Amino acid sequence: MIEHLSVLQVIIPLIAAPICLLLRKSQLAWAFATLVAFLTLAVSFALLSQVVQTGPVSYELGGWEAPWGIEYRVDMLNAPLLVLISAISSLALMASRTSIENEIPENRHTFFYIAWLLCMAGLLGITATGDAFNVFVFLEISSLATYTLIALGKDRRALWASFQYLVAGTIGATFILIGIGLMYVMTGTLNMADLAQRLPEVENTKTVFTAFAFLIVGVCMKLALFPLHLWLPNAYAFAPSIVTTFLAATATKVAVYVMIRFIFDVFGFEFSFTHFPLQEVLLTLGIAGIFVASVVAIYQDNLKRMLAYSSVAQVGYIILGISFASQTGIMATLLHMLNHGLMKGALFLALAAVVYRMGVAQLSQMHGIASRMPFTMAAFLIGGLSLIGVPLTVGFISKWYLVSAALENGWWPVAAVILLGSLLSVVYIWRVIEVAYFKPVSESTPDVKEAPAALLIPMWILVLANLYFGIETSLTVGVSEMAAADLFGGLR
Amino acid sequence: MNSLSPELMLQLTMLVPVLALAGILLTGRSENVREAVSVIASLIVLALVIGLYSTFKAGIPVEVSWFEIMPGLSLSFRLEAMGMIFALVAGVLWLVTIFYAIGYMRSHHEENQTRFYACFALAIGSVFGVAFASNLFTLFIFYEVLTLSTYPLVTHAGTAEAKKGGRTYLGILLGTSIAFFLFAILGTYFVAGTLEFTQGGVFPAGTSVAVGGTLLVLFVFGVGKAAIMPFHRWLPAAMVAPTPVSALLHAVAVVKAGVFTLLKVGTFIFGLDFLNTLPTTDALLYLAGASVIIASLIAMRQDNFKKRLAYSTVSQLSYITAGMLLATDAGITGGAMHIAMHAFGKITLFFCAGAILVTLHKTDVSQLRGIGWQMPVTMAAFLIGTLSIIGLPPTGGSWSKWFLLSGALDADQMFIMGVLLLSSLLNIAYLLPIPILAFFPPADGVARPAIKEAPLPSLLALSFTALMCLVLFVFPQPLYELAASITN
Repeated sequence: MIEHLSVLQVIIPLIAAPICLLLRKSQLAWAFATLVAFLTLAVSFALLSQVVQTGPVSYELGGWEAPWGIEYRVDMLNAPLLVLISAISSLALMASRTSIENEIPENRHTFFYIAWLLCMAGLLGITATGDAFNVFVFLEISSLATYTLIALGKDRRALWASFQYLVAGTIGATFILIGIGLMYVMTGTLNMADLAQRLPEVENTKTVFTAFAFLIVGVCMKLALFPLHLWLPNAYAFAPSIVTTFLAATATKVAVYVMIRFIFDVFGFEFSFTHFPLQEVLLTLGIAGIFVASVVAIYQDNLKRMLAYSSVAQVGYIILGISFASQTGIMATLLHMLNHGLMKGALFLALAAVVYRMGVAQLSQMHGIASRMPFTMAAFLIGGLSLIGVPLTVGFISKWYLVSAALENGWWPVAAVILLGSLLSVVYIWRVIEVAYFKPVSESTPDVKEAPAALLIPMWILVLANLYFGIETSLTVGVSEMAAADLFGGLR
Repeated sequence: MNSLSPELMLQLTMLVPVLALAGILLTGRSENVREAVSVIASLIVLALVIGLYSTFKAGIPVEVSWFEIMPGLSLSFRLEAMGMIFALVAGVLWLVTIFYAIGYMRSHHEENQTRFYACFALAIGSVFGVAFASNLFTLFIFYEVLTLSTYPLVTHAGTAEAKKGGRTYLGILLGTSIAFFLFAILGTYFVAGTLEFTQGGVFPAGTSVAVGGTLLVLFVFGVGKAAIMPFHRWLPAAMVAPTPVSALLHAVAVVKAGVFTLLKVGTFIFGLDFLNTLPTTDALLYLAGASVIIASLIAMRQDNFKKRLAYSTVSQLSYITAGMLLATDAGITGGAMHIAMHAFGKITLFFCAGAILVTLHKTDVSQLRGIGWQMPVTMAAFLIGTLSIIGLPPTGGSWSKWFLLSGALDADQMFIMGVLLLSSLLNIAYLLPIPILAFFPPADGVARPAIKEAPLPSLLALSFTALMCLVLFVFPQPLYELAASITN
């Protein structure tokens, strides 16, 4: 059993999806999907502890030895991400039954759970696999499921948003496929570890350069790096709230993971940062993303859209960490991937509760809402503080390491930029706090009650996680530190 | 009290206000019970602070550590002379202000009083956190809690003006603290590897003066609560708050948290020797001096009573900042003493301003002529407070000014000497006419109005603080001993 863990991680949700179709009934499908999510969560924890204890876990699919067969490889880099994906998925599914009541028509509920499980399987697959082509396959599985999930949104604009994402996502995936194809042409292998060994022989060819460029641009499309982020705000704003929660906390992180894996493991640090102006490009785009997206976020009335732009800005921070090209930098990136998942999960769940009660999350209708929904808004407040990077929340920890990494490189201005970015997030978070807490309840405020416990419990689990991992950092920091050390110790 | 361990007492100074907050929220329905909670809590806190003082005098070291977030980054507290001064001032004045507030808030029929007292308690709790913090990280956390917990107090009135003031308040304080203060903290940690307040500073020998100088600039501007120009605008903006808030928070707790932080940073992060070698120290000193003078000049032009006092505070805060930047023992001693002296003087003036507002509904300086005949006690207290701010005997303010002057002399800073003297003259020009004109006879043919004093709790409070200004002149010894022991 133990040796099959890494494949079970992916197979369980993948097989569960069609079973869901047989269940038909919404309630049953929900119970089953949630059970499956928690099962994968247990598996991911088991995997993480195994990786921490004994090092990387490798699995040969169907007994075919790598590099001929497909290899699943779980190490310090992806094990924490597997935990994040399954944890967020479990918590979001717990809340989903209530959340989709008002947002998705009853007869589509089963499809919703199927698409969800497929999406989850796809994301977990991308993360767990050690095979470059397999990455593409799972990418498509998760993307197609995501398009479906977004299109389920109640607002008719959800269809348009889904289509937009479909176009952008397909271009991205095609680029990735071209990149992988070119690499295969040059080396004759698709296994990542094998690629890493064979690429140096041919690394000075135009084909490999082209492969790298296609791959990176394609991934940047998926992870919504400014200015390739245009699909994201609409997708997040019009998707059902619970879907947004899941995607915002996990999907972009998985794309970042793919980027890190290819830059550091497959192509190697030397190749990536010497042959390409990767550092300059990522640094510039990261900073531009932080500023542009944060400023745009300040002017949004729809809060889901506001947080979507904030996500684009946060991707900027994550990419900034990569651009430092240092061990501390990559550690900050990994840390922020996990931490950002926690804070965005909490924030979007709070918005899901607002949408559940009010139908929309428009700031102009939320005057004094904190007196009607105190627990929800308190969760939003804490999540917001974490996003800003206030001490004792996870946001502070990631900012701390990001700034440390910048100072380590001697890049004082970049450190200043990171803090200025925090100031911008103060502005857009505080707008909400001011309206929700300090404006008197007005006529445009709907008469609503506090959200039901089904939403509050997962929300507050995430909020407490934001605080807990902001104080007790040994797990998250330790894991990221080891992963960063592995990346720099080098597989080659 | 002796049965409690000093460690527990130290933590209780922060926890009791938080418990009071819960109590206030729970008992919000009944005014009297709610106020009783505030009074009892402030009495307990005062007793705790006095208990801590006796422990401190006995020379028993008190240290508490809550938890460590990262190596070298912990939430911990330590009892130390400068923090003791700040805590004593805050402890005494919280109790006094609660009495004052009860009279003020009731006779002014303010709304949302429960939120008011609750936020007030939280703000005081965080002041003790700032006072006892044993490292910059802990101090920073409580510094931010203090900003956030006072925001609802500033916008208490809920009017458009109050909201605008609140935005300026939050914008400048939060903005400077994140963009500069946090940056400086990170830089310090990166260069020195620790944030612990250490006698003589933490920077290793051979730290480049360019880096040190940059960090100093970041600290001085980053601690926006010290209100050095050009980051002073939040303080006049905060005057839209109810008067007890202006009195305790914006003359004592918040602003003093700012200059206290600067004194701490100067003494225990940089260390006076290192501070002396930095290229930016002098430039900042001149800026502080300019701040003193310019704020005084602006104060002269303010007709709104509270605004005038606010600019006076801006000016006085830069005294303390300058005291730190002089980087001499006398400068630090004078700065630390001025924290206490200015606190008692300025809170008296604010109490009087509020008393006049609730009894006679006057808000402008030009309306105060002859008011002394109606409110003799208030205006007498005002006179004493004024003398203390100017720094004239027989009030406590003269001592701190004395040490600041001698610090300037030690450092050979004739410019600061000149600034301090000129500033005293300016203080005379814009403050002293108020109590004097108040006792001018009314215009011919108008009958002298009957006595109409402030509500009794408020009157007691302002008499007490005025009295303290006099007491501190006669018995400055305990305060001086504390202040002088900071640097050795």
